[in-house]
Amino acid sequence: MAISGTFDSDLGELQRRLVLLRIGLLLVVALLALRLWHLQIREGPYYRDLSENNRTRSVILEPARGLIYDRNGVLLANNVPSFSLYVSLEDVKDREALIEQLTQLIGLDPVLVRKKLAVRGAKQLPRKIKDRLTLKEATLIESHRLDLPGVMIQVESQRNYPSGVTAAHVLGYVGEVSAEQLEKPDFAELHQGSIVGQYGVEKYFDRIMRGMAGQKSIEVDALGHEKRTVVVDQPKAGDDLYLTIDARLQKVAEDLLGQESGAIVALDPTTGDILAMASRPAFDPNVLSRELTAKQWVEIVQDEGRPLNNRASQGQYPPGSTFKVMMAAAALETNTVTPSSTVHCNGGYQFGRRLYRDWKAGGHGSVDLHQALVHSCDVYFYTVGQRMGIDTIAAYGHQFGLGEETGVDLPSERVGIMPSTTWKQKARNEAWLPGETISASIGQGYVTVTPLQMASLIGTVANSGVAYRPRLVQSIMSRDTGHLRELTPVEKHRLKVKQEHLKLIREALADVVTEGTATRAKSSIVSIAGKTGTAQTSALRTGPEKDIPKKLRDHAWFVAFAPVEVPKIAVAVLAENMGHGGSAAAPLAKEVIESFVKLTQHAPAAGRAMAPKAHSGSSEF
Amino acid sequence: MIDRVIESRQFDNFDLRFLGLVFLILGIGVLSIYSVTHDQGGSMPFFAKQLIWILLGSMAFFVMQIWDYHRIARWAYPAYAVILLLLAFVLFEGKTSRGAQRWIPVGPFAFQPSEFAKLVLILVLAHYYSKAPRVGWLQRVVVPGLLMLPGLLLILKQPDLGSGLSFLAVYAAMLLMVGMRSQAMGLILLFSLMLFPFAWEMMWGSLHDYQRQRIMAFVDPGYDPAGKGYHALQSRIAIGAGELTGKGLYGGTQSQLKFLPEGHTDFVFSVFAEEWGFVGVLVLLLLFVALIWLSLEIAARAKDELGALLAVGVVCMLCFCVVVNIGMTAGMFPIVGIPLPLMSYGGSATVMTMASLGLLLNVKRRRLSLFY
Repeated sequence: MAISGTFDSDLGELQRRLVLLRIGLLLVVALLALRLWHLQIREGPYYRDLSENNRTRSVILEPARGLIYDRNGVLLANNVPSFSLYVSLEDVKDREALIEQLTQLIGLDPVLVRKKLAVRGAKQLPRKIKDRLTLKEATLIESHRLDLPGVMIQVESQRNYPSGVTAAHVLGYVGEVSAEQLEKPDFAELHQGSIVGQYGVEKYFDRIMRGMAGQKSIEVDALGHEKRTVVVDQPKAGDDLYLTIDARLQKVAEDLLGQESGAIVALDPTTGDILAMASRPAFDPNVLSRELTAKQWVEIVQDEGRPLNNRASQGQYPPGSTFKVMMAAAALETNTVTPSSTVHCNGGYQFGRRLYRDWKAGGHGSVDLHQALVHSCDVYFYTVGQRMGIDTIAAYGHQFGLGEETGVDLPSERVGIMPSTTWKQKARNEAWLPGETISASIGQGYVTVTPLQMASLIGTVANSGVAYRPRLVQSIMSRDTGHLRELTPVEKHRLKVKQEHLKLIREALADVVTEGTATRAKSSIVSIAGKTGTAQTSALRTGPEKDIPKKLRDHAWFVAFAPVEVPKIAVAVLAENMGHGGSAAAPLAKEVIESFVKLTQHAPAAGRAMAPKAHSGSSEF
Repeated sequence: MIDRVIESRQFDNFDLRFLGLVFLILGIGVLSIYSVTHDQGGSMPFFAKQLIWILLGSMAFFVMQIWDYHRIARWAYPAYAVILLLLAFVLFEGKTSRGAQRWIPVGPFAFQPSEFAKLVLILVLAHYYSKAPRVGWLQRVVVPGLLMLPGLLLILKQPDLGSGLSFLAVYAAMLLMVGMRSQAMGLILLFSLMLFPFAWEMMWGSLHDYQRQRIMAFVDPGYDPAGKGYHALQSRIAIGAGELTGKGLYGGTQSQLKFLPEGHTDFVFSVFAEEWGFVGVLVLLLLFVALIWLSLEIAARAKDELGALLAVGVVCMLCFCVVVNIGMTAGMFPIVGIPLPLMSYGGSATVMTMASLGLLLNVKRRRLSLFY
């Protein structure tokens, strides 16, 4: 106790400082409590939201797209299961490392992946990186799941066209919705990676077929792995389409075109139902519905044959002599000619300083309307056209649907040109030249039409002047109600042409096949009426057809209907650069019509045989 | 006199309150550890291992009361020498985990000498100040500093920033409580402010990359949620999402789904806060304050300077760890890897903390004995 003096005072000092320690402690604890109050009470709801976002992820459940059948229930487009690779950005710690892993595992293109990850969109929605993974790729990813936080494999339905190129232009193809599309109101409910129709019926009826996407909220752990499902909003499948197309006739038409470029349209003139719509060259919609590389895409777009062009509804060609069908009606109706009045054809028509030649050197002699159509006399129609003038011709042309939309249920239909004085003033800012009327009279010059317009035109003539809107879809199967909704054919208008005049024209067209320019279309099983046409592609041509380079040869036309007595089918054939309509196009039309007759004879049996197929088809997703 | 000494060696009301608080906090710790790790596999779950540590800790708690604290303090220097050897040993032979060498394997377990170094430093400094004639700067500040330095350097070398800071905190606390005159404290404050930049440079230079990142993350944790600031942000989300009454036991998504890293060790407070909310947090804070309050009572009523110094050392260490741990989980301080005393999972820390509390009770129970 000797040191007690300093000892005690030091102890006392220490114990006095303890008071400071207590005050300090209370202050610090109060500070902590204040901080915790701030975190838990004042900002609590904010942090609770953050924790909810941390743990829940939304997964889009893609809807099954509606199926497409032909008129007999043959499946033309369905969906098959396929694996898609998704990445949830929030769970990705190191983007570059992930890209490298994916490249190594399944050989993805790093540039493409980077682009896909960079796409803007709702933050919580995973980005689709690749679809149509092979089973092997999907298994590889799944087995490395622990090393790939944020990566998910989803089973989705993938569009499939069982018959490949058949009816490619009608069906179209599907693809991911583009950034530009997403900005439009039609696509408002969609998201990056949604599949939409990009062509053909797939595009035109996209809203009906696409269905409604569902959403699933899942709880994930810190590595982004699914723990449990919180909420599921089931997707709604899209409605199915039944086309007017007969897949068998479609196949016949396509095979007839073969390797050549051209189009064949066959329709039922009494309803407007398009039975076949072939366009060649074609594409495989299965390939286009997949994700193409930029190179593949450029190859398709820059293909000289322009396979993406639906020549039936988008190809615009001079109608050539097929135009005379409409010209004949116009001439009769305007009293420019009577059925018996004749024109002398000596092989040319002198107008001013120019001689307009007939296709037949030496001429047809004296011809009336009937003969002029049967032998396709040019001079007769030069004369008639010159008398009517271009604006009268144009008025009738428009009435027959030329220069007008047919209203077919396909996107981006072209209308061709039905020239007139006002048209030329507007389009070229030039006055109409009288000589141009003469070229137009035989479907040359400025006049262009689509094969679909011509099929519709000849069908209208066959159907006593009643024009139906051509259509590709006859009924829609609603997934919601399970009911099949038949679409009624739409009568567009009736020609203001006397029935006797139409009858006269039909008789002439029948004789075209029996004794005129299209004898090669004569069939032993059905009476056919038609009109040939040869559309000149180049004015500077001399010498025999076979010496001309193929690209410069004429387009062959044939428009027809059958049977003559009660028309059931109207056909337009256009064969590019194949020369004369009578030799190149008429036989094809005959084949189509004969096939149609054979098919409809067996139709009842075939229809029954197809019915169960439709049912088994609808059970696919 | 003798009677009263004997009497004081028995449990009294104070001891019961003290022990009650200690085991209550330990229990909350075990519950939180269980909650966050109950779905993890392994031969032995974390909470069961923690129960073993608590058992070992309880033994240490009682062992520290067997001998009079004066006798224990006499072993301060030899114990310090042993600890320094162990700390040196750990650098060469220790078990490496996450870039730091801190553990000495003992059978199936690993023992962390840096934890025990803190308690030994308290003994050393208390012993020093109570024995040495303390005249002038040299003896009051510099000599104790030199005593502390080898331990600090060895700990930082591992590196173990958390233990290093606690080590420094013990020294600073003792210095402030007894080492310095009041006027000197002001001067020291001034000097440390002036020296801070240089010290910072030295500290900063000696840190591992991940330690720097953690401290940097403190500055702006929202900058990169998946990167450096991840732990800090996830911890704040866990605490904040608890709101007033918490999400309930096992209800914490942050911890259950492993968004919160180290939920059973350094971030056990966040787990607790998410599950029990602000109400639970206030209760827990009150329990800690009550425990520290009782400890300060012991320091205030210690019969001699050694006792008071030992008590103050233990209390300051406890305070420092509690405040810094909660502060870092709540985003007030950088994340420096200091466990929450009595709650975080960990053998060495639990045993050491309980041994320290044993030493505290030792001081209290001998405050009336005159002969030793």
